[in-house]
Amino acid sequence: MKKINVLVPVTGIVVGLAALVLVTLGNPGNMGFCIACFLRDISGSLGLHHAAKVQYIRPEIIGLVLGATLMALAGKEFKARAGSAPALRFILGGIVMVGALAFLGCPLRMVLRLGGGDGTALAGLAGFVCGILVGVACLRKGFSLGRAYKVKTADGFVLPGFMIALLVLLLAVPSVLLFSTEGPGASHAPWIVALIAGLAVGALAQKSRLCMAGGIRDAVMFKDFNLLSGFGAIFVVVLVGNLILGRFQPTLAVEPVAHHDYLWSFLGMAAAGWGSILLGGCPLRQLILAGEGNGDSAVTVLGMIVGAALAHNFGMAGNADAMTDGAFVAGGVALPGRVGVAVCLALLGLISYANLYKKEKNQ
Amino acid sequence: MIDARGLSCPMPVVMVQKAVQADAPATLEVLLDNPCSVENVTRFAANSGYSVETHPADNDEYRLVLTKQ
Repeated sequence: MKKINVLVPVTGIVVGLAALVLVTLGNPGNMGFCIACFLRDISGSLGLHHAAKVQYIRPEIIGLVLGATLMALAGKEFKARAGSAPALRFILGGIVMVGALAFLGCPLRMVLRLGGGDGTALAGLAGFVCGILVGVACLRKGFSLGRAYKVKTADGFVLPGFMIALLVLLLAVPSVLLFSTEGPGASHAPWIVALIAGLAVGALAQKSRLCMAGGIRDAVMFKDFNLLSGFGAIFVVVLVGNLILGRFQPTLAVEPVAHHDYLWSFLGMAAAGWGSILLGGCPLRQLILAGEGNGDSAVTVLGMIVGAALAHNFGMAGNADAMTDGAFVAGGVALPGRVGVAVCLALLGLISYANLYKKEKNQ
Repeated sequence: MIDARGLSCPMPVVMVQKAVQADAPATLEVLLDNPCSVENVTRFAANSGYSVETHPADNDEYRLVLTKQ
């Protein structure tokens, strides 16, 4: 058995416990954390999209970034760097978001859904793994977005500064923001609890390098199960926690904020997995890297926020199944979402091909 | 020598893996510039039968010397 850094599963345990607490205190079902959903909520709260049910400034996101910043500063690991294909990373951030929102969750929420017994997430897991395998094949063929370089320290504080601005707006002038009065955006834990949970997870994830996509990638490429141990720890903690709390629903029936469109869940998460490998990490990891001063990851996160807005403005996001007056109302991915995911997969193919080693040898 | 400065993970590990798989060199020098890459390359090297000496350099850079055990 190869060596595993104990901090990785410990981080996974804390993520799982925090997710259980946040759902208990008000977050939507199986959505203690969801980087895609929460960035989408922030996008809506800022008025970038007008899906009334998903608008809120999620303090979890603010905490994740600032927790990583504080830990990186304390550990002398805060480094302002940028310049590794920022425009392509912006596009890739948007692609990952469109894919994840078709499925209704980022890779982290996929694990939380599985831990809640949501069998429909298995299609997403299968797609995520397949997407990662395609991404790994690209890496083996020499895919690279190129080198990043040192930049001025101020550049590294762009996303942490943006997060502080969001917190100030939320607490001091919420009237300039949009807030859901019903739907997932209206379901949230108290802001201070969400912020503290985010800070704790952000700090630990910075130190442990936790990454959902990286876990499967490293296991496949290097037979290294270090990061995958965090993935497993989250699943086990959430599974046991949901069993104890009576929230485990091992069914393919109506699950919280989920749908039965298996093919498009598969393809959406395939795009999210492939894109995450090209970016070097899942959406959670991008937040953490941006908190450490990585300007390329900050651009990626901004791409995700814009991608979320486009996903909702163009009707590409998945619709959750629902029970209305005792009747099942099927959700799923509508035609615009199917076209969007197909376009994203085509773009991933183009970006992958354009950045293979042969194309970069004159750098 | 492998210069993986400025490259994000997993690229530094991929470069080391390719070099190790190509001709299993007795020693290999790797230049890195972030702690995460140092950890990942060190773990990969240890798992591949190499000992690792880490030499921090100026400008937040690191020179790793991998030696086949």
